[in-house]
Amino acid sequence: MAAGVATWMPFARAAAVGWLPLAQQTMPKPPVDKTSRSDEILFVNVSGLRFQTWKNTLDRYPDTLLGSSEKEFFYNEETQEYFFDRDPEMFRHILNFFRTGKLHYPRHECIQAFEEELAFYGIIPEIIGDCCMEEYRDRKKENQERLAEDTEAENAGDAPLPPDATLRDKLWRAFENPHTSTMALVFYYVTGFFIAVSVIANVVETVPCRPLKGSIKDLPCGEKFSVAFSCLDTACVLIFSCEYLMRLYAAPSRCDFARSVMSVIDVVAILPFYIGLIMPENEEVSGAFVTLRVFRVFRIFKFSRHSQGLRILGCTLQACASELGFLLFSLTMAVIIFATVMFYAEKGTKGTTFSSIPASFWYTIVTMTTLGYGDMVPDSIAGKIFGSICSLSGVLVIALPVPVIVSNFARIYHQNQRADKMRAQQKVRQARIRMAKKGATNAFLQHKEDGGLQGGDSDSTAFCVKNRSAFEHQHHHLLQCLEKTTNHEFTDEVTYSEVCMMDSMGFRTSRSTSLSSQQGATTTCCSRRAKRRAIRLANSTVSVSRGSVQELDTLHVTKTPVGTQYPQSRSSLNARTEDLKLNCTDYTAAIISIPTPPANSPDESLPNSPAIPGILRNSRSSIYNTQETVKISSL
Amino acid sequence: MGLVMGTFSMQSNKQDRTYRKDKIDDDFEMSIVCHRPEGLDKLEAQSNFSKRELQVLYRGFKNECPSGVVNEDTFKQIYAQFFPHGDASSYAHYLFDAFDSAHSGSIKFEDFVMALSILLRGSVREKLTWTFNLYDINRDGYINKEEMTDIVRAIYDMMGKYTYPALKTDTPKQHVDAFFQKMDKNRDGVVTLDEFILSCQEDENIMRSLQLFENVI
Repeated sequence: MAAGVATWMPFARAAAVGWLPLAQQTMPKPPVDKTSRSDEILFVNVSGLRFQTWKNTLDRYPDTLLGSSEKEFFYNEETQEYFFDRDPEMFRHILNFFRTGKLHYPRHECIQAFEEELAFYGIIPEIIGDCCMEEYRDRKKENQERLAEDTEAENAGDAPLPPDATLRDKLWRAFENPHTSTMALVFYYVTGFFIAVSVIANVVETVPCRPLKGSIKDLPCGEKFSVAFSCLDTACVLIFSCEYLMRLYAAPSRCDFARSVMSVIDVVAILPFYIGLIMPENEEVSGAFVTLRVFRVFRIFKFSRHSQGLRILGCTLQACASELGFLLFSLTMAVIIFATVMFYAEKGTKGTTFSSIPASFWYTIVTMTTLGYGDMVPDSIAGKIFGSICSLSGVLVIALPVPVIVSNFARIYHQNQRADKMRAQQKVRQARIRMAKKGATNAFLQHKEDGGLQGGDSDSTAFCVKNRSAFEHQHHHLLQCLEKTTNHEFTDEVTYSEVCMMDSMGFRTSRSTSLSSQQGATTTCCSRRAKRRAIRLANSTVSVSRGSVQELDTLHVTKTPVGTQYPQSRSSLNARTEDLKLNCTDYTAAIISIPTPPANSPDESLPNSPAIPGILRNSRSSIYNTQETVKISSL
Repeated sequence: MGLVMGTFSMQSNKQDRTYRKDKIDDDFEMSIVCHRPEGLDKLEAQSNFSKRELQVLYRGFKNECPSGVVNEDTFKQIYAQFFPHGDASSYAHYLFDAFDSAHSGSIKFEDFVMALSILLRGSVREKLTWTFNLYDINRDGYINKEEMTDIVRAIYDMMGKYTYPALKTDTPKQHVDAFFQKMDKNRDGVVTLDEFILSCQEDENIMRSLQLFENVI
């Protein structure tokens, strides 16, 4: 239950007077609070720091340590105070939670220590107030990541492989963590060297060298030393191919590896060479082949295996792709607008370079980025005016977003992460709150099952019933009054759907009607529960022998006289305690015979409905419970 | 252009912020308005509670509503916490009207205490009169079938969907018919205060259960 509702309990109970004239049944007796004293001040000593608070304040949250009877374990008789050997500074925050209903996270505290204190006092961290929740989450995430990194760094890489590692594992490990063995390190540096060599060779190929003897024209070095360069290229490609094939072999999951970015880069780097081998020496095709050689420059991306920074940059660009895309889009818009304007402005001029709008794109881009090559210049006055507007707006458009984008990268990236985190955690939060709420509704139903409806009159009430707090007693009494007023009972979803299922299948046999007629006046919980269980049992025994059905009848026939004579036995059947005896032998006989139907395997010969196995499960578990108590008492 | 887009978005941000600030200012102002109850002695004289009990009540009240008044939404929320199975909002609405005797739209501590005083410590006649006022939604001195059906339906709503036996659509109506059968002595279709009190006094169950909630505090 949420904050402070306990203080409104008297009001809710008083308002129940409004139901009384409508009630069709008698109201149950209210719980007698024998231990009720008027509100008193409690002393709580936390490692020497003494706190004082009203008892009511602590009672607001009955599912925490301080609000429940668990605190009695810490009560010191001599000093008449509750002593906790915990951090007094943290306790201040815990106590403030009880006082105000909001849990705040102290920023200067270690998050682990805070969580441990919360766990000790039985408070779930999810109820931290919104003001402190973000900080708490960030710190927690940071902490977890740091711990994960530490453990990962410990585990990954440096730990020796298990002795039964296959060659594949060893190879993969050597590739992924080069610093583990000297061979891997050597291989790492050799590949790095060859990448560099290949890239430099591609570059130097095109530099003009001194011409051959007897010719005037300068030759690019690639053509002069074509043999040397092609040998170098072949060697590099061979090494890259070997490396790729070895990685492919060693990869634990070949499909994933083949789809990863790095392997695509590898393939693109070596592909032109092989395509060149396959393609015939054809004039027109070799033109296209030459273009393919451009792709050799992609070999430089292979460096990203060797550089962490490149990988991070790639990830960042990937993450901010939408922002970059939008920037490109807005720039394109500007370019198109100004190009159109310039084209139409310069249309009248003779011999103008602004031959078409696409031709004006070039002018617009060069002007807006303030390059100003001067190859295209407007002549007309209108053209010059618009040209100047274009360059001014270019300054603003280009110069402003660049730092904004840079800072946007960081901000938007973190914001997105935080928003996604919060959305995911919001769902989890709501789910947990819903679960806790469901727990509260189930508590009443569980209380009924436990036979808590006897009221506080008999001393032999079960221990599990006694241990509930005064607040819970009162709340359950209130819900009982509502049940009596409306002449309907609270149930849970499962039972409700069972009953609906039964109604639709017409399983209301005469047995159950005879039950209700037998037990007209004595509508106590036990018989009611038995009625429910009988209906469930009736379903399960439908497919089973008639013998056990007979015993079912005898159970109910003997039940009512027993029920009226021995009120204690009813409650004792509910209790899980060992020292309460059963007073009726007929009970034991009948009950022992019951377990046989469920033992006839629930999977065979059951009607095809999903509710029935559930019913069977329920009845089985309840039967086994009663069976348990029977066994203990018959010893 | 990027610049244009940027300036537009910045403008709207600023507008949002100013709007939010105004709302926050309004909320802040509203929360400053707080209500202090009359003196403890006066309340003790007017109600049937002792000073000690009033202190306990006020501490709880003030903790939940530091401003000193409960509005209908808070009231509904608080009452709904006790009945998580179903929907307590309609019954809470009727309760709110019954507590808010001055029809001011909010319950002050004095209203709260006076109502509790009647319900917990009042005479039988006072309790029944209060209940009659709860049922008589339009305060015309008569309970007719529509009003009673509304109240009964609100009570059944609190039970929620999962009940045993399952709620049928005409269950409230049957309940109301049974009620009128008992209460409406002269069969004129409405129940007056005297009929109500007379019928309740004749019913043993009701008389007995009225004493149930004496020791609530």
